[in-house]
Amino acid sequence: MSGSATTQRTLRLEGIGLSVGYGGSTVLDNVDLAIPTGEITILIGPNGCGKSTLLKAMARILTPTRGSVLLDGKDIHRLDTKSVAARLGLLPQGPIAPEGLTVRELVAQGRFPHQTLLRQWSRTDEDAVNGAMDIAGITDFADRSVDTLSGGQRQRCWVAMVLAQETDLILLDEPTTFLDLKVQVDLMDLLAGLAHQRGRTLVIVLHELSLAAAYADYLVMMKEGHIVATGTPDEIFTAGRLKEVFGLDAKVLRDPDSGRMVCVPSGTRMRRAAPVTAQ
Amino acid sequence: MSAIAAPHAGTHPVRAWSGVPVLLGVLLLAFLLHIAVGAKQLSLGTVIEALFNFDQTVFDHVIVRNLRLPRAVLAVLVGASLSLAGALMQGVTRNPLADPALLGLTSGAAFAVVIATSVLGLSSMVFIPWIAMLGALGAALIVYLIARLVPGGATPLSLTLSGAAISAFLSAVISVVHLLDQDTFENLRVWLTGGLAGRDITLLLYVGPPIALALIGGVLLAPRVTVLAMGDEVAQGLGVKTGALKIQLLAVVVVLTACSVALAGPLGFIGLVIPHIVRLYVGSDYRWIVPYAALAGAIYLLGVDTIARIAIPPREISTGIITAMIGAPLFVQLVRRRTR
Repeated sequence: MSGSATTQRTLRLEGIGLSVGYGGSTVLDNVDLAIPTGEITILIGPNGCGKSTLLKAMARILTPTRGSVLLDGKDIHRLDTKSVAARLGLLPQGPIAPEGLTVRELVAQGRFPHQTLLRQWSRTDEDAVNGAMDIAGITDFADRSVDTLSGGQRQRCWVAMVLAQETDLILLDEPTTFLDLKVQVDLMDLLAGLAHQRGRTLVIVLHELSLAAAYADYLVMMKEGHIVATGTPDEIFTAGRLKEVFGLDAKVLRDPDSGRMVCVPSGTRMRRAAPVTAQ
Repeated sequence: MSAIAAPHAGTHPVRAWSGVPVLLGVLLLAFLLHIAVGAKQLSLGTVIEALFNFDQTVFDHVIVRNLRLPRAVLAVLVGASLSLAGALMQGVTRNPLADPALLGLTSGAAFAVVIATSVLGLSSMVFIPWIAMLGALGAALIVYLIARLVPGGATPLSLTLSGAAISAFLSAVISVVHLLDQDTFENLRVWLTGGLAGRDITLLLYVGPPIALALIGGVLLAPRVTVLAMGDEVAQGLGVKTGALKIQLLAVVVVLTACSVALAGPLGFIGLVIPHIVRLYVGSDYRWIVPYAALAGAIYLLGVDTIARIAIPPREISTGIITAMIGAPLFVQLVRRRTR
């Protein structure tokens, strides 16, 4: 695993002293977050902890009440939003495609930041769309309507749309929600490949703790508008932290085969299974 | 319409644009036909001659130039405006049942015109389009403010509901004005059913330029509408200034709707249905829906108005009645054929 301390590459995206509030209540309170380049950063925390808000502020679609987000050293909220979109892609939570839109048409919308009034569609756009569909594995149903696809296929289409944007930085808000576990794993594999093989920098808000521990290079734990802990899963994904952040009683085990951390929650009324016997 | 042979051709501009010359051809034909038929049938040759080689001593040429040409231009402008405005509304609100009347725009414009002409006694035609625009904008603002007060804010649902309420209210007030004032009722009766007959053609001079600008603006903004239809956050992530875009789109829709109302009264159906018919052929990308809807709307209103003029000679049926009477069965048939 590549620890954040060992890979000090140029910092592309950084939040400094971010505070966000809605109508009197504070959702984010003086949060600092530096995103390690070329790695997967995963934000976890209980509902309402401000992880989605932090992602939106980093993606410049929410303006912080205090503090700033720096994209390549410049205040992202002062940059031209279309030029930001050529460098930073965002997949919000639960996006909905207009009825009847085909997969290819959806993915093509990702080219918007690269188009102007005079240059509407070019060979470069075409190649970017085909390439994105190829990586996301959706080329086979390029001409089908998005709303005829399964949840997992649909989410791949949205990832492809963000890929067609051809940005080094990609921010995703709960991309695996409502998907089957197998489909979640496939999608996370796809995203991990983007970071580790194609050098993209990913920031992902996730709900699934074990999935977060399995895929994060850099894990960020949040609670009540603050960042509680940051580091590799090995460093911070512990039973004590889970209790502290989520109020969750759980064991954190290390899978003997992969060496990954797994979270096993313990509820008071869970079934006590008989001791496992070898087959 | 089956000539648009490239369904869902969104990302292939060459293929997707291929229907445009075809529709332009159909539009030209419908335009000439609209001029040719009527109480006195003219040959297409006479029509073309009157248009391009005008001779004021020829009576037929005078009919074409002074009576029929302006009405045909009116049909093109109003048909294109209502259809394009409806397409934009459907995209922005993500509501397939949206049309130019949705936010109370049509009834607001009609209300303002009725009040200005009957209560205030305004008779100068010059101000009618501006009054209609003020009325439409005023109604839209009231609808928006009411929707804001709903818990959850101005969502497509709350906007639609308050739009329906305001529309109904304004229509009721228009009826009251009529009942109280028999004279204006006679003047406005035909206008309020929607129609192109007996319009003051000088209106075109005042309404034409803003309509032309708004039509161009609508087509230029169309690619952003698809992005906006994917949700505000997706659109913002792609670098769209959603707030500014919505205001620009509202301005386009208000101008088109209000000018159409000023020209032809509150014509229904076109803005709702024509974009859906277009969708059957060009797919769901507004980049294509919007320009095609404008062309198809113009063709449709030309055709419908032609029928309205010749259906029961020597009388003429109000165009607003024919749009839906012919359009509804046509629409049902099209949907059935495409979904089979």
